Amino acid sequence: MKISKEKFGQALDALIAEYQIIAPVSDANGIAFKGVKSFSEVKQDYLNSKLPPKAFFFPQHEKLMSYKKEGKDVTVKSELKVENTVLFGIRPCDAKGMQLLDMVFKNDQYTDPYYYERREKAVIIGVACQKIAPTCFCSSFGISPAGSEGSDLFLIDLGDSYDVEVITEKGKALAARFEALSELTADEQALVEKVKRAETTSKVDVSTTTSKLDKMFNSPYWDSLQEKCIGCNVCSFSCPTCHCFDISEEVRKNEGTRVRTWDGCMAPLFTLHGSGHNPRDHKKARWRQRMMHKFNYFVHNNGSMSCVGCGRCIKSCPVNMDIRQVIDGANKAELVVE
Amino acid sequence: MQQNPYIPITMKLVKNLVETEDKLINTFTLEFLNKQDEENFKYMPGQFAELSAYGHGEAPFGIATSPTEPGILKFSVAKVGCVSNALHLMEEGTMVGVRGPMGNYYPIEEFKGKNLVIIGGGFAFTTLRSLAKYMLDPKHRGDYGDITVIYGARNPGLLLYKEELAEWENNPNINLVTTIDRPAEGWNKHVGFIPSITEQIAPSSVNTYAVVCGPPAMIKFTLPVLEKLNFPPERIYTSLEMRMKCGLGICGRCNIGTEYVCKDGPVFSMAQLKELPSEY
Repeated sequence: MKISKEKFGQALDALIAEYQIIAPVSDANGIAFKGVKSFSEVKQDYLNSKLPPKAFFFPQHEKLMSYKKEGKDVTVKSELKVENTVLFGIRPCDAKGMQLLDMVFKNDQYTDPYYYERREKAVIIGVACQKIAPTCFCSSFGISPAGSEGSDLFLIDLGDSYDVEVITEKGKALAARFEALSELTADEQALVEKVKRAETTSKVDVSTTTSKLDKMFNSPYWDSLQEKCIGCNVCSFSCPTCHCFDISEEVRKNEGTRVRTWDGCMAPLFTLHGSGHNPRDHKKARWRQRMMHKFNYFVHNNGSMSCVGCGRCIKSCPVNMDIRQVIDGANKAELVVE
Repeated sequence: MQQNPYIPITMKLVKNLVETEDKLINTFTLEFLNKQDEENFKYMPGQFAELSAYGHGEAPFGIATSPTEPGILKFSVAKVGCVSNALHLMEEGTMVGVRGPMGNYYPIEEFKGKNLVIIGGGFAFTTLRSLAKYMLDPKHRGDYGDITVIYGARNPGLLLYKEELAEWENNPNINLVTTIDRPAEGWNKHVGFIPSITEQIAPSSVNTYAVVCGPPAMIKFTLPVLEKLNFPPERIYTSLEMRMKCGLGICGRCNIGTEYVCKDGPVFSMAQLKELPSEY
């Protein structure tokens, strides 16, 4: 079924009273997901945002709680604030990335309420990629540029209208607000088929990577790999599946807030003990952790690789580290006999 | 949804005791403010908690009390950073935050019917105290065989829980061996490093488990001794430390390979550790 962009825009605008609408817009740094007041602000023709949309569930900086000290006493208050949210224009890689984050923020023992309460109150409208960047390699992970996994509603741009596919119950409830849905013409149907068949031109073979990494903890491969890395962590911050964070306090006189902020495994302080001991005291160990976590540990713990091939880390890296080459290098590295 | 695991309960610091003669380790006794908080904080020996010094931050510490000691929690903390310094300077009566209990615990069910040798060095004796105290409780003592504690420090002034040690000296339910690194005036007990003392006096490994906690160098040299005494890796346990933030297996910094020390540990057997990368 399809809906004209005009009607879709009206339907989305009508949701503003109940939802914050997050969508891609142009800003000084390129494309960013931001709150919009009208569908007319939304950027239609875009590859993807510079930073991943994970921030709407897992903000770069958020208050967990606040407290007030009076003499020896203290009062503590949770700062969990949640809004109904519609995320429009999410690319298939990022929608899949959110499913991977879901596995992190709920484990066998704990559920993170800050992430999950936002996640549960959010509807994701995915939009297929009809242009593919040279750094895109999602097809390596079985994700298609028109893959609907992780979206609640999935759209394919047909020019003046969108092809609409309902994926989940949440998506179904939202689609019920759309009027004037009509059938696709034969030409449009053909376009949809073509978009769905597309794959990224860049692909890396990950079929043996996990089992290879099982045997590579002590490989000399890591010795040279990290040499040009400057440890800036932009790869982590721009990654839709990176989830590491720091918890710290912001204090003013007797009041304070406990905040969490994005952190990353490339920083030496990330694992530094109070005693001065640091189990990952060298970039080599930190790069190994990054690769092992995404392509080995996460697979063993959650059954999936923790990379969606969005290519943001490749685009953003100031020293041109390319994760595709790193994977490929690991695939080809000689094994040392231990 | 479950209770928000990021929000600490409030407990009162009722005692701030300087534990060692170098004044670098204090033991904090915290009191539960109400029955409900205590009821919700059901823990076992080996677990840890995140302590908040409001205005400074929070950090993870092993629980030194045993669940057989109601109403309170004790933590023995070395002064090394921002949070531990703030805790050391805290006046009695001040309210602190506590999140927990976190992590797994010593396999006390598996220990039933077995002898146990507890080996501790320096201030890594906190959760070992909890374990010994738990097993010595009249309700539990009958479940276990011989209990031997080998505890060493650089000098007598650095041993923790001196009153308790004095009591254990004369307690027929536990065999306590204390040692210091070099001879000191007035010290008439063992002198020597933990590994060699262990080799001299460790009980037979038959039907016996070993629990070892201490500085990395001590652990490194004690393990071969235990192996020589025929303790299989499945019967040697230790507790690991890592930098932690959330304590919930989410923030991503305390992993050793696939295992998060905060939620899958901190207690591991040597057999488990042999399967993991040596990154701790």
